Amino acid sequence: MSTTATSPVPGSPREPQQGRPRSEKNHKPTVSAKPVTWKLPVTLLVLAVVAFIFFGLLGPHATAKFGISSGGDFFQLPAIEVPAFLAGIVLSVIMLGLAGYAMFLKTRNIRPPRWLPVLFTVLFVVAFLIWVVGGARTPSISLAGLIAGSVTLAVPIVFGSLSGVLCERSGVVNIAIEGQLLGGAFTAAIVASMTNNPYLGLLAAAVAGALVSMVLAVFSIRYVVNQIIVGVVLNVLISGLTGFLFSTVMQANKEMFNSPGRLPIIEIPVLSSIPVLGPILFKQSVVGYLMYVAVIVVWIGLFKTKWGLRVRSVGEHPQAADTLGIKVNATRFWNVTLGGAVAGIGGSFFTLVAIDSFTKEISGGRGFIALAAMILGRWNPIGAFFAALLFGFADNLQSIVTIIGTPVPSQFMAMLPYLVTVFAVAGLVGRSRPPAASGIPYVKG
Amino acid sequence: MKLELKGITKRFGSLVANDHIDVVVEPGQIHCLLGENGAGKSTLMNVLYGLYEPTEGQILVDGKPVTFRGPGDAMATGIGMVHQHFMLVPVFTVAENVALGAETTKAGGFLNLDDTRRKIQEISDRYGFDVDPDAMIEDLPVGVQQRVEIIKALVRDAKVLILDEPTAVLTPQDTDELLDIMRQLKSHGTSIVFISHKLREVKAVSDTITVIRRGKVVGTADPSASTTELASMMVGRAVNLTLDKAPANPQETTFQVKDLTVIAPSGQHVVDGISFDIARGEILAVAGVQGNGQTELTEAILGLQDRVHGSILLDGEELVGRSVKEVLNAGVGFVPEDRSVDGLIGTFSIAENLILDRYDQAPFAKGISMSPAKVLENAQTRIDEFDVRTPSGSLAAGTLSGGNQQKLVMARELSRPLRLFIASQPTRGVDVGSIEFLHKRIVAERDHGTPVMIISTELDEVIELADRIAVLYKGKLVGIVPAGTRRDVLGLMMAGLSPEDAHADTASKHAARQPGDVPAENPAEPQVSKQAPAAQPVQESSSGAVGDDHE
Repeated sequence: MSTTATSPVPGSPREPQQGRPRSEKNHKPTVSAKPVTWKLPVTLLVLAVVAFIFFGLLGPHATAKFGISSGGDFFQLPAIEVPAFLAGIVLSVIMLGLAGYAMFLKTRNIRPPRWLPVLFTVLFVVAFLIWVVGGARTPSISLAGLIAGSVTLAVPIVFGSLSGVLCERSGVVNIAIEGQLLGGAFTAAIVASMTNNPYLGLLAAAVAGALVSMVLAVFSIRYVVNQIIVGVVLNVLISGLTGFLFSTVMQANKEMFNSPGRLPIIEIPVLSSIPVLGPILFKQSVVGYLMYVAVIVVWIGLFKTKWGLRVRSVGEHPQAADTLGIKVNATRFWNVTLGGAVAGIGGSFFTLVAIDSFTKEISGGRGFIALAAMILGRWNPIGAFFAALLFGFADNLQSIVTIIGTPVPSQFMAMLPYLVTVFAVAGLVGRSRPPAASGIPYVKG
Repeated sequence: MKLELKGITKRFGSLVANDHIDVVVEPGQIHCLLGENGAGKSTLMNVLYGLYEPTEGQILVDGKPVTFRGPGDAMATGIGMVHQHFMLVPVFTVAENVALGAETTKAGGFLNLDDTRRKIQEISDRYGFDVDPDAMIEDLPVGVQQRVEIIKALVRDAKVLILDEPTAVLTPQDTDELLDIMRQLKSHGTSIVFISHKLREVKAVSDTITVIRRGKVVGTADPSASTTELASMMVGRAVNLTLDKAPANPQETTFQVKDLTVIAPSGQHVVDGISFDIARGEILAVAGVQGNGQTELTEAILGLQDRVHGSILLDGEELVGRSVKEVLNAGVGFVPEDRSVDGLIGTFSIAENLILDRYDQAPFAKGISMSPAKVLENAQTRIDEFDVRTPSGSLAAGTLSGGNQQKLVMARELSRPLRLFIASQPTRGVDVGSIEFLHKRIVAERDHGTPVMIISTELDEVIELADRIAVLYKGKLVGIVPAGTRRDVLGLMMAGLSPEDAHADTASKHAARQPGDVPAENPAEPQVSKQAPAAQPVQESSSGAVGDDHE
């Protein structure tokens, strides 16, 4: 290889050179292939080895029992009984195989297919479940209950992450989801108690969330204050305000102010008795059904309608939207407000569905988990929904496992949702790209 | 549609960007607004497009006054604009971008993109655009993106199309195509307002030229006017468009780059196996369309890039892996491409900006204390030497005009003994008067015996300054050719053709013409004292040394 001054260095024999070197077809940079990193294969390998040692070799020699049908089901399925030791070995060997396959692809510089980490995660969770249940004092849990519980716990997270999606897709970072959930929960409790009507409470929760969001919108859009700071301040403010009102007003007269009554669980006949799926889809409160509707409506709205196209353009390239006559800041303002209303409804779940009273900090950081779910779901409502389910599952597993008594200290199990969050947000599932203008105020001129 | 601007004035605070401007755009004409950067052309067009509200004055469409409260109003009236920086959402498809703001919908607000696709196809066919409606914008080359912008305007039935510096981002070939498109649009009855400061293009395509200087119309000209005439109108005094520079007198080679590769965070090889060297007393100009690795190349030399492979030798010492400070101390002077971002700190004073790279050295610093008197004294010397127009060295650098800011950066970098001088886009956004001055200083540095590397996307500048021209395309070095290589050959090289192919491609077209087309001092000019073993690839396309590279 000559490295002389004037020889045109490598790559002279490039793509066949016709007269027009730049047609649309060959515009991709010649050497653009992103390098396949070792991140995924190595992580998978480490996890697979951990699984092999703990779930396999050190696994319990017991039979784990998973109930599928519950008593009232429409037809009964037998419980699954799994020999824990054997299952641990088999599953972890498959995981090792998957990790090996990822390594092999890496050496060939091929990107592992999308299903690979997903399948791996599923196997890992299954192996973990069998290990935990197999090692418990009573090695039997209801799978149906576990899943149904996960969905229930995921409800506020789903609403929160939808709020995040609505805001960030339009270009405003909403750190205040926590505050919106809390505000919704408080308002739902107090309004439902005073009117004796939980449905009014639900409505009031949406209004309260929207009001909290409007503060965020006014400061971050109109006065161009740093959005993260406004969000954090709002969280602290709402937490303090509801805490204060709780101990001064609510505690003083519980009957009057803090006995909202629950929203009824609406069972759809027949369908609700389908094993596993029935309780998830057809045995929910109004808030639960609203969640499914909201996910679908937001997805269709964002990606299939004129409104969504405009919202996304405002979040990606506000100048472009402006030059096409779209009112950037108005679009952002109403989107943030709508996001707040959605989160507010999610907040009502705490006081109208889960428990029938308000306590301090009842949202318990789920607003932040919702943010993580939004990122893990790649700013897509459906992705965020499934990410929220994952967090709900971790949350529920933690409480169930504590009940049946496992070798793992419950404090460790309680860390599970947060560990999942950290790994998820660290980009283990691949690089995600936020809307380009998210967090950047738009000032004309 | 006849468009009239009457007495348009636009003030930003105390700054008068437009001062009673009158322009009449006749139907079916290409009307050029010629003026330097910062003359107020873009402001005027933003007023016309409804992005700014005029402080005074009127816009008349077909004789009737109109007011635009936003771009939506302007578009509804039939005015379309292609901005200098494209207004396209990179993660949307062509169809989505075209639809945005003027969506056709089905019942319930659902998008009807098929309708948009059909419209795009129609316009594409009419003008031969060849644009795929479902391609993602970020995957498209700039030339095609620009066509999408034009389609956007046409879909909205634009009768007047404003093109704001449309050729700034294009290769010479793309530029020629754009000029053709403009002529076609004109023949279909669309009027065009063409904003540019490039005289060649303006002369090639305009029907009428309005010259704007410092926010005022200084006159109209006919496209047949000579370039010097136009230039002096634009600048306000006689300008010498050609640089008087003595032939280079290269001495020993002291700067060598070998197999340099820079890998971007995305994993792309943004600089891909580049080798070249520069001798003392010569200027190597790096040409190429923006975004083909120029920025990363200079940053790699300076030590600002992380993943750099290969070798960069200055006076036999390796620069790869050194910190920026060490590289600067090795005698590298660097003028970054964007002065306001990397070149100076706007809120710091001129004097402080002049010692940014030597703030910790004598005589400006003693131990932990600085001596402001010395700093100011230094500033006064530099201000005089480089003719920076400012009342005082203690003013904030951000208050200077673009040209003066650039002089400031150049003054700082040239104020210490250099072993290598790199200037990236040395005259971008600088008025013609300052360009002359800056070019002279660069040549003076060369004659002083410093190896000089110029990176420029302006072909005119490259041709003006270069002793040799290196062309980059997609991170690779297409070739190094001697000064005086014809524009069209360079243009093809900028699109990725090897020098021989480029010559072959243009040779046929030039066969009829005599070689006098090319500057006089050119073809045979010997590249003296390159100790390069390979023969110089000179004009003739037969120079075999170039193409048969291994790999």
